[in-house]
Amino acid sequence: MGLAVKHCLVVDDSRVVRKVARKILEELKFEISEAEDGLIALTACRGAMPDAILLDWNMPNMSGIEFLRALRQEDGGDRPVVVFCTTENDISFITQAIEAGANEYIMKPFDREIIEAKFAEAGLV
Amino acid sequence: MTPADFDFVAQMLKRRSGLVLSTDKLYLLESRIGPVARKHGLGGLDAVVAKLKANDEALARDVTEAMTTNESFFFRDKTPFDHFEKLMLPAMLKARAATKRLRIWCAAASTGQEPYSLAMILREKSALVKDWRVEIIGTDLSNDVLSRAKAGLYTQFEVQRGLPVQLMVKYFTKEREQWKIKDDIRSMVQYRQMNLLDSYVGLGTFDIIYCRNVLIYFDEATKRGILERMAQLLPEDGYLLLGAAETVVGITNVFTPLAGAQGVSVKPAKAQPKANVA
Repeated sequence: MGLAVKHCLVVDDSRVVRKVARKILEELKFEISEAEDGLIALTACRGAMPDAILLDWNMPNMSGIEFLRALRQEDGGDRPVVVFCTTENDISFITQAIEAGANEYIMKPFDREIIEAKFAEAGLV
Repeated sequence: MTPADFDFVAQMLKRRSGLVLSTDKLYLLESRIGPVARKHGLGGLDAVVAKLKANDEALARDVTEAMTTNESFFFRDKTPFDHFEKLMLPAMLKARAATKRLRIWCAAASTGQEPYSLAMILREKSALVKDWRVEIIGTDLSNDVLSRAKAGLYTQFEVQRGLPVQLMVKYFTKEREQWKIKDDIRSMVQYRQMNLLDSYVGLGTFDIIYCRNVLIYFDEATKRGILERMAQLLPEDGYLLLGAAETVVGITNVFTPLAGAQGVSVKPAKAQPKANVA
């Protein structure tokens, strides 16, 4: 079996966050695509399911939690490992995310070490 | 700092804690002594050394603690905890079925992440250890880190390093911007201040000893002394866990690495005479 490059979709309405996440994840050998809200991300996933999704919570058009619930209903939507990455850090939010099918949860601010640790726990690196 | 002053501090640290401070660690000394100097109202490293030479016991203790405090995080390196869950705990559940007693020593407990990680695993397996008396003892040289361990309060950054989110929401509560480990996990661990160079009398015996990422700071004779005294606290079927960069090989033959289980050492079985062959 070859070492296929893993694809990660970064979903965040902040261009700066997407840029920082892209840099970190590219260093971890991921191929990156970006989406600025849940709706765009859902369309992208219907085209090709990524291996991993780094997901913000608060975004226009469709929030991260709405996106995740919709994703898990899609054909093959159970496959991507979803890691929330958000400023929402109350247990009630984290619990909602887990119940909706999130695999891991990062509370912003984040750095390379935290992303690498969480992706490792999720079996991605 | 003059070479003579560095030697003075290095010798003091060696004497008090066993820590071997090589000259390439001058940066570590400079970065860690700053907060201690401020606490004692001293202007810098030179003033600290001058006070140490005047036998300031409180300062010497604080400098030693600052230099020997090491970072820790939950489920650090993962493998030692997988070994606990899948190898050592099942073996001990069988071997101690009659007494239903299990004692674990975390010999460099630092701020508590290692003993609490073990406690969380045990809580997850609570059906298996129902009616068992399980004790986890965490020791460290530093009173400061043990106070933090006892409080069980961690920053957002600390709970995100190594701790799976499912365990975080299950075993922690949020207190303002910090995360507090729940009392039922906290109460599973007892902490004691202890210098690994001192006597282990009074600790009792253990089934499993975690002594990770601490021996690397000691010279060979000190490592041997610690390992041989730890061996006296372990029964023949006990386990010793060392850090990823540590080994018993070439240090002592009271332990031997357990094949196929990285970081785990056991006592050489009497039935395996080849274990002592160099």
